[in-house]
Amino acid sequence: MSAARSATLRDALGLGLAVGLYGAAFGAAAVAAGLDVWQASTMSLLMFTGASQFALVGVLGAGGSALAAVGSALLLGTRNTVYGVRLVPLLRPHGFRRLTTAHWVIDETTALAIAAPDRKLARLAFLVGGGSIFLMWNATTVVGALGASLLGGAAQAALDAVVPAAFLALLWPRLRKGFPEAAVQRRVALGGAVVALALTPFVPAGVQVIAAVVAVALAGRPRAAERPTAREEMA
Amino acid sequence: MSGTALWVTVVAGSLGCYLLKLAGLSVPAAWVEQPWVARIVDFVPAALLAALVAVQAVSSGQDLVVDGRLVALAVAAIALALRAPFILVLVVAGATGALVHVLTG
Repeated sequence: MSAARSATLRDALGLGLAVGLYGAAFGAAAVAAGLDVWQASTMSLLMFTGASQFALVGVLGAGGSALAAVGSALLLGTRNTVYGVRLVPLLRPHGFRRLTTAHWVIDETTALAIAAPDRKLARLAFLVGGGSIFLMWNATTVVGALGASLLGGAAQAALDAVVPAAFLALLWPRLRKGFPEAAVQRRVALGGAVVALALTPFVPAGVQVIAAVVAVALAGRPRAAERPTAREEMA
Repeated sequence: MSGTALWVTVVAGSLGCYLLKLAGLSVPAAWVEQPWVARIVDFVPAALLAALVAVQAVSSGQDLVVDGRLVALAVAAIALALRAPFILVLVVAGATGALVHVLTG
Protein backbone atom coordinates (compact mmCIF):
# COMPACT_ATOMS: atom_id res chain seq x y z
CA MET A 1 0.00 0.00 0.00
CA SER A 2 1.42 3.40 -0.94
CA ALA A 3 2.15 5.99 1.74
CA ALA A 4 -0.43 8.35 0.25
CA ARG A 5 -3.06 5.62 0.27
CA SER A 6 -2.44 4.63 3.89
CA ALA A 7 -2.37 8.30 4.97
CA THR A 8 -5.72 8.80 3.24
CA LEU A 9 -7.20 5.74 4.94
CA ARG A 10 -5.82 6.78 8.35
CA ASP A 11 -7.32 10.27 8.06
CA ALA A 12 -10.67 8.93 6.87
CA LEU A 13 -10.99 6.37 9.68
CA GLY A 14 -9.64 8.73 12.34
CA LEU A 15 -12.16 11.40 11.45
CA GLY A 16 -14.95 8.85 11.79
CA LEU A 17 -13.91 8.08 15.35
CA ALA A 18 -13.57 11.76 16.28
CA VAL A 19 -17.01 12.61 14.88
CA GLY A 20 -18.51 9.87 17.04
CA LEU A 21 -18.18 12.12 20.09
CA TYR A 22 -20.39 14.72 18.46
CA GLY A 23 -22.91 11.98 17.69
CA ALA A 24 -23.27 11.21 21.40
CA ALA A 25 -23.68 14.93 22.13
CA PHE A 26 -26.35 15.12 19.41
CA GLY A 27 -28.26 12.14 20.81
CA ALA A 28 -28.26 13.76 24.25
CA ALA A 29 -29.28 17.17 22.86
CA ALA A 30 -32.14 15.58 20.87
CA VAL A 31 -33.54 13.91 23.98
CA ALA A 32 -33.14 17.13 25.97
CA ALA A 33 -35.22 18.85 23.26
CA GLY A 34 -38.06 16.34 23.64
CA LEU A 35 -37.33 13.87 20.83
CA ASP A 36 -37.32 10.15 21.58
CA VAL A 37 -34.51 7.75 20.76
CA TRP A 38 -36.18 6.69 17.48
CA GLN A 39 -36.57 10.27 16.28
CA ALA A 40 -32.96 11.09 17.19
CA SER A 41 -31.77 8.01 15.31
CA THR A 42 -33.95 8.75 12.29
CA MET A 43 -32.33 12.17 12.06
CA SER A 44 -28.82 10.74 12.17
CA LEU A 45 -29.76 8.13 9.55
CA LEU A 46 -31.69 10.36 7.15
CA MET A 47 -30.50 13.93 7.72
CA PHE A 48 -26.86 12.98 8.42
CA THR A 49 -25.41 16.47 8.60
CA GLY A 50 -24.38 17.40 12.11
CA ALA A 51 -24.81 21.16 12.28
CA SER A 52 -28.32 20.99 10.77
CA GLN A 53 -29.30 18.24 13.21
CA PHE A 54 -28.07 20.28 16.17
CA ALA A 55 -29.88 23.36 14.87
CA LEU A 56 -33.19 21.51 14.42
CA VAL A 57 -33.21 20.09 17.94
CA GLY A 58 -31.81 23.37 19.31
CA VAL A 59 -34.78 25.34 17.98
CA LEU A 60 -37.25 22.67 19.15
CA GLY A 61 -35.53 22.65 22.56
CA ALA A 62 -36.03 26.41 22.81
CA GLY A 63 -39.76 25.80 22.23
CA GLY A 64 -39.65 26.75 18.56
CA SER A 65 -42.12 25.73 15.88
CA ALA A 66 -41.57 22.94 13.37
CA LEU A 67 -41.19 25.53 10.62
CA ALA A 68 -38.48 27.49 12.47
CA ALA A 69 -36.67 24.23 13.32
CA VAL A 70 -36.71 22.93 9.73
CA GLY A 71 -35.79 26.40 8.44
CA SER A 72 -32.65 26.64 10.52
CA ALA A 73 -31.63 23.09 9.57
CA LEU A 74 -32.02 23.98 5.88
CA LEU A 75 -30.06 27.24 6.28
CA LEU A 76 -27.11 25.27 7.61
CA GLY A 77 -27.70 22.56 4.99
CA THR A 78 -26.96 24.99 2.13
CA ARG A 79 -23.25 24.40 2.85
CA ASN A 80 -23.60 20.89 1.51
CA THR A 81 -24.95 22.17 -1.82
CA VAL A 82 -21.71 24.06 -2.39
CA TYR A 83 -19.68 21.05 -1.29
CA GLY A 84 -21.52 18.94 -3.85
CA VAL A 85 -20.49 21.30 -6.63
CA ARG A 86 -16.85 20.98 -5.56
CA LEU A 87 -17.09 17.19 -5.35
CA VAL A 88 -18.58 16.57 -8.82
CA PRO A 89 -15.24 16.80 -10.70
CA LEU A 90 -13.57 14.52 -8.13
CA LEU A 91 -16.25 11.85 -7.75
CA ARG A 92 -18.10 12.15 -11.09
CA PRO A 93 -21.21 10.39 -9.76
CA HIS A 94 -23.77 9.34 -12.37
CA GLY A 95 -27.25 7.79 -12.32
CA PHE A 96 -28.16 5.92 -9.15
CA ARG A 97 -24.68 6.54 -7.69
CA ARG A 98 -25.47 10.23 -7.55
CA LEU A 99 -28.43 9.56 -5.24
CA THR A 100 -26.33 7.52 -2.80
CA THR A 101 -23.27 9.78 -3.02
CA ALA A 102 -25.39 12.81 -2.14
CA HIS A 103 -26.29 11.37 1.26
CA TRP A 104 -22.66 11.48 2.40
CA VAL A 105 -21.86 15.01 1.17
CA ILE A 106 -20.95 16.76 4.46
CA ASP A 107 -18.15 18.95 5.89
CA GLU A 108 -15.86 16.07 6.78
CA THR A 109 -16.14 13.96 3.62
CA THR A 110 -15.65 17.06 1.45
CA ALA A 111 -12.54 18.04 3.40
CA LEU A 112 -11.17 14.49 3.07
CA ALA A 113 -11.85 14.23 -0.67
CA ILE A 114 -10.42 17.67 -1.48
CA ALA A 115 -7.30 17.01 0.61
CA ALA A 116 -6.56 13.71 -1.17
CA PRO A 117 -3.63 13.90 -3.64
CA ASP A 118 -5.50 12.51 -6.67
CA ARG A 119 -8.99 11.57 -7.94
CA LYS A 120 -8.70 7.89 -7.09
CA LEU A 121 -7.69 8.62 -3.50
CA ALA A 122 -10.35 11.34 -3.32
CA ARG A 123 -13.00 8.68 -4.04
CA LEU A 124 -11.43 6.33 -1.50
CA ALA A 125 -11.32 9.10 1.14
CA PHE A 126 -14.95 10.02 0.44
CA LEU A 127 -16.17 6.41 0.69
CA VAL A 128 -14.10 5.30 3.70
CA GLY A 129 -14.58 8.60 5.52
CA GLY A 130 -18.30 8.69 4.73
CA GLY A 131 -18.71 5.07 5.81
CA SER A 132 -16.82 5.35 9.10
CA ILE A 133 -18.47 8.66 10.00
CA PHE A 134 -21.94 7.31 9.11
CA LEU A 135 -21.48 4.20 11.27
CA MET A 136 -19.99 6.04 14.26
CA TRP A 137 -22.42 8.96 14.04
CA ASN A 138 -25.45 6.66 14.09
CA ALA A 139 -24.09 4.32 16.78
CA THR A 140 -23.14 7.15 19.13
CA THR A 141 -26.42 8.99 18.53
CA VAL A 142 -28.20 5.97 20.05
CA VAL A 143 -25.73 5.86 22.96
CA GLY A 144 -26.17 9.59 23.68
CA ALA A 145 -29.95 9.46 23.37
CA LEU A 146 -30.32 6.38 25.59
CA GLY A 147 -27.83 7.79 28.12
CA ALA A 148 -29.68 11.10 28.32
CA SER A 149 -33.12 9.50 28.66
CA LEU A 150 -31.98 7.63 31.80
CA LEU A 151 -31.04 10.86 33.56
CA GLY A 152 -32.98 12.90 36.14
CA GLY A 153 -32.61 15.91 38.46
CA ALA A 154 -29.07 17.24 38.63
CA ALA A 155 -28.11 15.19 35.58
CA GLN A 156 -30.87 16.92 33.61
CA ALA A 157 -29.42 20.28 34.67
CA ALA A 158 -26.04 19.02 33.47
CA LEU A 159 -27.55 18.11 30.11
CA ASP A 160 -29.23 21.54 29.80
CA ALA A 161 -25.79 23.10 30.35
CA VAL A 162 -24.09 20.80 27.83
CA VAL A 163 -26.29 21.87 24.88
CA PRO A 164 -25.21 25.56 24.68
CA ALA A 165 -21.62 24.48 25.34
CA ALA A 166 -21.83 22.07 22.38
CA PHE A 167 -23.06 24.89 20.11
CA LEU A 168 -20.23 27.10 21.38
CA ALA A 169 -17.73 24.35 20.59
CA LEU A 170 -19.13 24.11 17.02
CA LEU A 171 -18.88 27.89 16.65
CA TRP A 172 -15.45 28.36 18.25
CA PRO A 173 -13.16 27.32 15.34
CA ARG A 174 -14.83 29.97 13.12
CA LEU A 175 -13.88 32.73 15.56
CA ARG A 176 -10.24 31.71 15.92
CA LYS A 177 -7.39 33.54 14.26
CA GLY A 178 -6.52 31.69 11.09
CA PHE A 179 -10.10 30.99 10.01
CA PRO A 180 -10.88 32.95 6.81
CA GLU A 181 -12.15 36.43 7.76
CA ALA A 182 -12.18 35.58 11.47
CA ALA A 183 -12.81 39.23 12.45
CA VAL A 184 -15.96 39.32 10.29
CA GLN A 185 -17.03 35.92 11.65
CA ARG A 186 -16.78 37.36 15.17
CA ARG A 187 -18.89 40.39 14.30
CA VAL A 188 -21.44 38.16 12.58
CA ALA A 189 -21.57 35.84 15.61
CA LEU A 190 -21.96 38.74 18.05
CA GLY A 191 -24.67 40.25 15.85
CA GLY A 192 -26.53 36.94 15.66
CA ALA A 193 -26.44 36.45 19.44
CA VAL A 194 -27.51 40.03 20.24
CA VAL A 195 -30.41 40.06 17.76
CA ALA A 196 -31.62 36.65 18.94
CA LEU A 197 -31.64 37.71 22.60
CA ALA A 198 -33.22 41.08 21.85
CA LEU A 199 -36.09 39.39 19.98
CA THR A 200 -36.64 36.53 22.44
CA PRO A 201 -39.28 38.30 24.60
CA PHE A 202 -41.27 39.46 21.55
CA VAL A 203 -41.45 36.64 19.00
CA PRO A 204 -42.49 32.97 19.21
CA ALA A 205 -39.62 30.75 20.41
CA GLY A 206 -37.33 29.65 17.61
CA VAL A 207 -38.29 32.50 15.29
CA GLN A 208 -35.63 34.74 16.88
CA VAL A 209 -32.91 32.35 15.68
CA ILE A 210 -33.99 32.60 12.04
CA ALA A 211 -34.64 36.34 12.39
CA ALA A 212 -31.12 36.82 13.76
CA VAL A 213 -29.62 35.11 10.72
CA VAL A 214 -31.73 37.15 8.30
CA ALA A 215 -30.91 40.43 10.11
CA VAL A 216 -27.19 39.72 10.06
CA ALA A 217 -27.33 38.66 6.40
CA LEU A 218 -29.10 41.90 5.43
CA ALA A 219 -26.70 44.04 7.50
CA GLY A 220 -23.70 42.36 5.89
CA ARG A 221 -25.00 42.53 2.30
CA PRO A 222 -21.96 43.45 0.22
CA ARG A 223 -22.16 46.86 -1.51
CA ALA A 224 -21.95 46.68 -5.29
CA ALA A 225 -18.50 48.34 -5.36
CA GLU A 226 -16.85 46.01 -2.85
CA ARG A 227 -18.55 42.82 -3.96
CA PRO A 228 -15.76 40.32 -4.66
CA THR A 229 -15.78 38.20 -7.79
CA ALA A 230 -16.47 34.48 -7.64
CA ARG A 231 -12.83 33.83 -8.42
CA GLU A 232 -11.65 35.82 -5.39
CA GLU A 233 -14.23 34.06 -3.24
CA MET A 234 -12.83 30.68 -4.16
CA ALA A 235 -9.23 31.65 -3.47
CA MET B 1 -45.26 19.38 20.30
CA SER B 2 -47.01 16.05 19.64
CA GLY B 3 -45.16 12.92 18.59
CA THR B 4 -46.66 13.13 15.09
CA ALA B 5 -45.63 16.78 14.69
CA LEU B 6 -42.11 15.86 15.82
CA TRP B 7 -41.97 13.06 13.25
CA VAL B 8 -43.14 15.41 10.50
CA THR B 9 -40.44 17.91 11.54
CA VAL B 10 -37.75 15.22 11.60
CA VAL B 11 -38.68 13.75 8.21
CA ALA B 12 -39.29 17.09 6.47
CA GLY B 13 -35.98 18.48 7.74
CA SER B 14 -34.15 15.32 6.68
CA LEU B 15 -35.70 15.31 3.21
CA GLY B 16 -34.89 19.01 2.72
CA CYS B 17 -31.27 18.56 3.80
CA TYR B 18 -30.90 15.56 1.46
CA LEU B 19 -32.30 17.54 -1.48
CA LEU B 20 -29.83 20.36 -0.75
CA LYS B 21 -26.98 17.82 -0.93
CA LEU B 22 -28.37 16.26 -4.12
CA ALA B 23 -28.78 19.69 -5.72
CA GLY B 24 -25.05 20.32 -5.39
CA LEU B 25 -24.30 17.17 -7.38
CA SER B 26 -27.01 17.88 -9.96
CA VAL B 27 -27.15 21.56 -10.90
CA PRO B 28 -24.63 23.41 -13.11
CA ALA B 29 -21.74 24.72 -10.99
CA ALA B 30 -22.35 28.28 -12.19
CA TRP B 31 -25.77 28.35 -10.47
CA VAL B 32 -24.23 27.66 -7.08
CA GLU B 33 -20.92 29.49 -7.38
CA GLN B 34 -22.49 32.92 -7.07
CA PRO B 35 -20.89 35.47 -4.73
CA TRP B 36 -24.06 35.79 -2.66
CA VAL B 37 -24.29 32.02 -2.19
CA ALA B 38 -20.65 31.96 -1.07
CA ARG B 39 -21.37 34.73 1.47
CA ILE B 40 -24.33 32.81 2.89
CA VAL B 41 -22.31 29.64 3.18
CA ASP B 42 -19.37 31.47 4.78
CA PHE B 43 -21.29 33.48 7.34
CA VAL B 44 -24.71 31.97 8.07
CA PRO B 45 -23.23 29.26 10.31
CA ALA B 46 -21.58 31.84 12.63
CA ALA B 47 -24.80 33.88 12.98
CA LEU B 48 -26.98 30.81 13.43
CA LEU B 49 -24.70 29.00 15.88
CA ALA B 50 -24.16 32.16 17.95
CA ALA B 51 -27.92 32.79 18.05
CA LEU B 52 -28.43 29.19 19.21
CA VAL B 53 -25.71 29.52 21.87
CA ALA B 54 -27.39 32.66 23.24
CA VAL B 55 -30.93 31.28 23.11
CA GLN B 56 -29.99 27.92 24.62
CA ALA B 57 -27.94 29.54 27.41
CA VAL B 58 -30.36 32.17 28.74
CA SER B 59 -33.87 31.71 27.29
CA SER B 60 -36.74 29.81 28.79
CA GLY B 61 -39.69 30.15 26.42
CA GLN B 62 -40.00 33.90 25.94
CA ASP B 63 -38.22 34.78 29.21
CA LEU B 64 -34.54 35.47 29.65
CA VAL B 65 -33.21 33.70 32.75
CA VAL B 66 -29.74 33.48 34.24
CA ASP B 67 -29.03 30.06 35.73
CA GLY B 68 -26.39 27.35 35.73
CA ARG B 69 -26.42 27.19 31.93
CA LEU B 70 -24.77 30.62 31.64
CA VAL B 71 -22.15 29.75 34.25
CA ALA B 72 -21.49 26.48 32.40
CA LEU B 73 -21.18 28.37 29.11
CA ALA B 74 -18.55 30.68 30.62
CA VAL B 75 -16.61 27.65 31.88
CA ALA B 76 -16.92 26.03 28.43
CA ALA B 77 -15.56 29.20 26.80
CA ILE B 78 -12.53 29.12 29.11
CA ALA B 79 -11.97 25.45 28.31
CA LEU B 80 -12.19 26.17 24.56
CA ALA B 81 -9.77 29.10 24.89
CA LEU B 82 -7.35 26.68 26.57
CA ARG B 83 -7.83 24.36 23.56
CA ALA B 84 -9.48 21.60 25.55
CA PRO B 85 -10.84 18.72 23.43
CA PHE B 86 -14.57 18.69 22.62
CA ILE B 87 -15.49 15.95 25.07
CA LEU B 88 -13.73 17.73 27.96
CA VAL B 89 -15.56 20.96 27.13
CA LEU B 90 -18.89 19.14 27.36
CA VAL B 91 -17.93 17.37 30.60
CA VAL B 92 -16.85 20.55 32.42
CA ALA B 93 -19.95 22.38 31.17
CA GLY B 94 -22.20 19.53 32.33
CA ALA B 95 -20.46 19.30 35.71
CA THR B 96 -20.80 23.07 36.19
CA GLY B 97 -24.51 22.99 35.32
CA ALA B 98 -25.11 20.14 37.76
CA LEU B 99 -23.09 21.86 40.51
CA VAL B 100 -25.01 25.13 40.19
CA HIS B 101 -28.28 23.15 40.23
CA VAL B 102 -27.28 21.40 43.47
CA LEU B 103 -25.95 24.58 45.13
CA THR B 104 -28.99 26.71 44.26
CA GLY B 105 -31.47 23.92 44.89
